[in-house]
Amino acid sequence: MGRKLLLEKAHIEGIRGYDVYRREGGYRSVEKALKTMSPDAITEEVKKSGLRGRGGAGFPTGMKWSFLAKPEGIPRYLVVNADESEPGTFKDRYLMEFIPHLLIEGMIVSSFALGSRVSYIYIRGEYAWIVGILEQAIAEAKNNGWLGKNILGSGFDCEIYVQRGAGAYICGEETALLESLEGKRGNPRIKPPFPAVKGLWDCPTVVNNVETIAAVVPIINEGGDAYSKIGVGRSTGTKLISACGNINKPGVYEIDMTISVEEFIYSDEYCGGIARGKRLKACIPGGSSVPILPANLLLKTAKGETRYMNYESLSDGGFATGSMMGSGGFIVLDEDQCVVRHTYTLARFYRHESCGQCSPCREGTGWMEKILLNIEKGKGKMSDINLLWDIQRKIEGNTICPLGDAAAWPVAAAIRHFRDEFEWHVENPEECLRKNYGLANYARPIQPAPVGEGAGTA
Amino acid sequence: MSEQQLFKVTIDNITVEVAPGTTVLEAARMIGGDVTPPAMCFYSKLKGSGGKCRTCLVEVSKGSEKDPRPMPKLMASCRTAVMDGMEVKNITSDRVKDARAGVVEFLLINHPLDCPICDQAGECHLQDLGYEHGKEGTRYEFNRRTFEKHDLGPYIQLHMTRCILCYRCVYVADQLTENRGHGILDRGDHAQIATYIEKALTSDFIGNVIDVCPVGALTDKTFRFKNRVWFTKPVDAHRDCDKCCGEVQLWMRGEEVLRVTARKDQWGEVKESSKGGTGWICNECRFEKKKTADWVVEGPSMVNRHSVISQGHYLGMQQPHETIAKVMGRAPRLLMDIHEVSEVNDPSVDLSAIEGPATGATFKKEKSKS
Repeated sequence: MGRKLLLEKAHIEGIRGYDVYRREGGYRSVEKALKTMSPDAITEEVKKSGLRGRGGAGFPTGMKWSFLAKPEGIPRYLVVNADESEPGTFKDRYLMEFIPHLLIEGMIVSSFALGSRVSYIYIRGEYAWIVGILEQAIAEAKNNGWLGKNILGSGFDCEIYVQRGAGAYICGEETALLESLEGKRGNPRIKPPFPAVKGLWDCPTVVNNVETIAAVVPIINEGGDAYSKIGVGRSTGTKLISACGNINKPGVYEIDMTISVEEFIYSDEYCGGIARGKRLKACIPGGSSVPILPANLLLKTAKGETRYMNYESLSDGGFATGSMMGSGGFIVLDEDQCVVRHTYTLARFYRHESCGQCSPCREGTGWMEKILLNIEKGKGKMSDINLLWDIQRKIEGNTICPLGDAAAWPVAAAIRHFRDEFEWHVENPEECLRKNYGLANYARPIQPAPVGEGAGTA
Repeated sequence: MSEQQLFKVTIDNITVEVAPGTTVLEAARMIGGDVTPPAMCFYSKLKGSGGKCRTCLVEVSKGSEKDPRPMPKLMASCRTAVMDGMEVKNITSDRVKDARAGVVEFLLINHPLDCPICDQAGECHLQDLGYEHGKEGTRYEFNRRTFEKHDLGPYIQLHMTRCILCYRCVYVADQLTENRGHGILDRGDHAQIATYIEKALTSDFIGNVIDVCPVGALTDKTFRFKNRVWFTKPVDAHRDCDKCCGEVQLWMRGEEVLRVTARKDQWGEVKESSKGGTGWICNECRFEKKKTADWVVEGPSMVNRHSVISQGHYLGMQQPHETIAKVMGRAPRLLMDIHEVSEVNDPSVDLSAIEGPATGATFKKEKSKS
């Protein structure tokens, strides 16, 4: 069993309250950081730890912090991105709900490191009840002297505020989040300038995921070197995975990124195998935006090596035969699931959540949804599959923010790996209407097509 | 300013020197011609505009002299600042052409294509874009998105179905008026320009949203369905106005002023006023001064002869230089002069100079005179 750093104490009775949390060793990192370390030393420690952003892109956190512009006389901000809206991802919710003080503790240390006197938690509108939990934790921390003026006599002032979003997926994109936090319509900004230079109210800002900020606590407590020894290669530390779909034990698991995908799905310690004794068909390993992988490519890479649950191994083979770690939303599909219907569901989601600012995403997501619905209902044509491929290709990379990519990748991967299933839908319209998907792709996994050839001879 | 360090930027193998802070699109406009990427949402006079429509995407094949790495993604040229030694590919890049064709297709799938009844036809940027970069057919087989028409006050009509969500009108309201009364509601492909609950836009300068609208989504209600722009004759005129610069373009038919707009440059943007600043005009000049007596007419506006607006009146037209006689040693034999057989196509009739639409009678009368 791997080591747990974040959720180790999440199940202690009353850990949500300050007293128990403090008794269990909480806020030690704040004491250590504010009394013995300089802000630069903390950033250095985070750099050494090799911590990578847990929100999806996996950008090294220490590097992000060191990019923060520090002009004199201009305030800097830390914004925690708790707008966790990716379908299949619910790790931050778990963390904030069960052990909110861990996030507050991480925020105090990070704010000190970044020089942010006012820090924000931007939380998803649907997490209405968590706002109360966080605000209580902030009040308790403040009553006990961890927040406010002159914390621990260090001369550092810090306040934390919670801001609820209005339920838009796009506000999880960092610049859209900042726009929304400023009280505007949550449209992503055009980068550059990056938030590290011009973020919230045009001031330098760092936007980090909840899990990233929480991971700062064990890094400070145990040291960056000790943290970097956990895990493998450039995937250091532990990662929260929210597993869902057709598995026996859905839930949030903390893994140390050295276990294989097979072990994660089938061992009793984690997902406990596929539900009702079915066979594994496909899996989306990192939240709805990342490419879907068929079973044969999920457990082993194209080269025949075992695939592990970490950043490098999951993305091995690029998008042709690999996927991404993403935000850790692990969605498992068993042999009875229809990939076409599944892709349609995702396309519908992205169509609904596209902000409508730039044309490829605004128009393309709606178009893809309509075509996929047609195919799913048995009204599709063979040429629709190539058309879908062409649409996603023209959205990807041509938009302001990554939502366009996120909408294009699942469609691309579904066609790349499950083209025969799309064709089956076109050829068997009556069967589709009865939702008798019969032929599951599991039985005859197709050879992965190299990138660019998935569209056949379009 | 002459001592200021200029940046060298190469666009489609043409090098130009520009001041730091210039965007790639503006540099390309200095070169002009085919090198200039089309822009649907960018408006150089509106701060913060651009980056949304993605038609101006270009490939940056060399970042700068210091950092020669190419940029991995296509960049929106309207919002990418030039660097010294930057190399940009526009029409020489297949990637750009492919992406642009995609964007044009995306912009058109939900557009009603009602050009025959649209007042913007003839001066519509989307029309130009479609002709230049679009395909003849569509692959879109679904119902197009539609909206109800809305009146934004007594002068402006919003036809949201035609809108391409360039946000220009939002920036106009933000930057020219004290109080923005309209904005974007909803998300994604059901996003719309709206006043939330139907409200009139009352600001003195709100009429400029009509000039900045690249399509026929915002139209002048005092001009709607009165005439096609190519039957009207643009003349420059001015008047003393205490609110704005008073420098306008009148769109006339005979002696009648059908429409008043701000003066526009070759990119379709409102020109600088001779009094300094951008030549935005106020609602009074635009909507209420519709008599020739209200204006001091300066003379006909120059119209690009490629523009459809130059049809019907040939002022400023340049005859191409004929070389056939030189090569052949004699003038080419005329097989047929269209004007001898045509009943309607009389070159001596200036369509913009007659009252009302042209009919057969117009031409007969003219002919009998001559």
